[in-house]
Amino acid sequence: MARVVTRQHKVIATIAAWLVAFLIFFPILYTIITSLKTEPEAIAGFSLIPSGTFENYITVQTRNDYIRPFMNSVILAVGSTILALIIAIPAAWAMAFSPTKRTKDVLMWMLSTKMMPAVAVLVPIYLMFRDFGLLDTHIGLTVMLTLINLPIVVWMLYTYFREIPGEILEAARMDGAGLWQEIVYVLTPMAVPGIASTLLLNIILAWNESFWTIRLTTTTAAPLTAFIASFSSPQGLFWAKLSAASTMAIAPILILGWFSQKQLVRGLTFGAVK
Amino acid sequence: MGSITLNKVSKSFGEAKVIPSIDLEIVDGEFVVFVGPSGCGKSTLLRLIAGLEDVSGGKIMIDGKDVTDNAPAQRGLAMVFQSYALYPHMSVRNNIAFPLKMAKVDKAAIDQKVTDAARVLNLTDYLERRPSQLSGGQRQRVAIGRAIVREPSAFLFDEPLSNLDAALRGTMRLEITQLHHQLKTTMVYVTHDQVEAMTMADKIVVLNRGNIEQVGSPLDLYSRPRNIFVAGFIGSPKMNLIEDDYARSKGAKTVGIRPEHFTLSRDSGLWSGTVKVAEHLGSDTFLHLDVDGIGHINARCDGEFGARHGDRIFLTPNETKLHRFNEQGLAI
Repeated sequence: MARVVTRQHKVIATIAAWLVAFLIFFPILYTIITSLKTEPEAIAGFSLIPSGTFENYITVQTRNDYIRPFMNSVILAVGSTILALIIAIPAAWAMAFSPTKRTKDVLMWMLSTKMMPAVAVLVPIYLMFRDFGLLDTHIGLTVMLTLINLPIVVWMLYTYFREIPGEILEAARMDGAGLWQEIVYVLTPMAVPGIASTLLLNIILAWNESFWTIRLTTTTAAPLTAFIASFSSPQGLFWAKLSAASTMAIAPILILGWFSQKQLVRGLTFGAVK
Repeated sequence: MGSITLNKVSKSFGEAKVIPSIDLEIVDGEFVVFVGPSGCGKSTLLRLIAGLEDVSGGKIMIDGKDVTDNAPAQRGLAMVFQSYALYPHMSVRNNIAFPLKMAKVDKAAIDQKVTDAARVLNLTDYLERRPSQLSGGQRQRVAIGRAIVREPSAFLFDEPLSNLDAALRGTMRLEITQLHHQLKTTMVYVTHDQVEAMTMADKIVVLNRGNIEQVGSPLDLYSRPRNIFVAGFIGSPKMNLIEDDYARSKGAKTVGIRPEHFTLSRDSGLWSGTVKVAEHLGSDTFLHLDVDGIGHINARCDGEFGARHGDRIFLTPNETKLHRFNEQGLAI
């Protein structure tokens, strides 16, 4: 009897999981559908059947150059991720293998900055960017994206590093490895899965970041998020074109996420599930 | 050369004083075993010698040189860890070669040394494998190989066999002892297994709460324990410790009798008791007895002694082999 109940539960749980997954995915699906509609169709009301036109994609590409914001997104996402890893790997190493009484507090404090509403520091940061000439520059935005994602990167790497037995690093020390040799030859290769999933997640977060990218850029360094926002103009909203632009903006990250989903799930659940 | 001298070495973790103050001399080429119950500070002491922990006070000398403030790699020691601590992302060959690469030894010399170590440890066929593809015993041999190639002045072993099953433990025990005979290098070995301590050591250091209770050869400790702690710790089954009237009649607070120092009989003897458990090993028989007026007694006799649960038997302690201890627990 117990077995039958388990199977029933399994079926119900599977259906529920698919339903939830579909609900989460639905906005993306509807964006794609809308991008294939004409503008009158798009504002006509709810409909899941588009006329199948690709005109919006052509218009979006001719009106606003897609390649430039796309390249900016790549530069900002990759650049801020590399910078974050360079800072976070030694930081997480120190916290994981040489903890002090205050390590947990420092981690919590770092994470707490993520709980602060970004708009609270918009004015001082905007003024600083203006005064240092960083507005609408790649370097300024790369630093900004690095800083806002750094707490999560440090936290994830810290969780990973803590799973590496300290004895292995001690063995490296006995074998004559200095601090950097220990990090480069032993710790980093062992933490590759963790570093890879941290890298992927950070690229996704940086790619999707819109609050700062929209407010601190105009044209030169504007990434795809700003590209989408530009379709909300004073002349009105162009739903179909906005959807086409959104689809083009999310497509690269969606494809990256699809191919790396296994790695991402492993990375995010590491330490929590053993 | 590989003499190690500890001079008033102490270690505290915050408020907790793990090792109050230890003086110890380890002679070049000796096989020294640190033994003691869990938490007695034996692993901490080994880590202090290795340089993986900083001393809170005192000096550590290796070959007459003060190495107290030296980094682990600068002490010329090699360590084998309980968990093997192999580099999982490297092949066996690269694991063994790692310390040589760190020392910037040239490639030809590295290859030669790795090949030699692999031959000594029967690892030649496994050089290209990853540690995860090896058995526990093979992994431990790789760890030893990694230690050998450095040609250290002394080897440090931190409970290296405790993750292995009983049969493999016996084999590896023998291999490490043979390796010591072959290399004649100082070895410091930490274990809580007294069979390892008794069979491998030239010298045993018995530790308790961070203090050395006694230092001596295995048989010295077995035959002449300095105090009740050593008497109870060394020997398996444990020494019987008897107080009250019998001890007083022998002019002591406590009397210790090894399980094999009884004469067992079915007909007559000084004491009589009931067999609670009889363990028949073929070569020996271990009897756990409830002796009238004395209490629990472990007795051992050579070969088979046909006793079963509930049997009444007689036993007489061998008076010439008694160990007597005073009020402070020290041997008289």
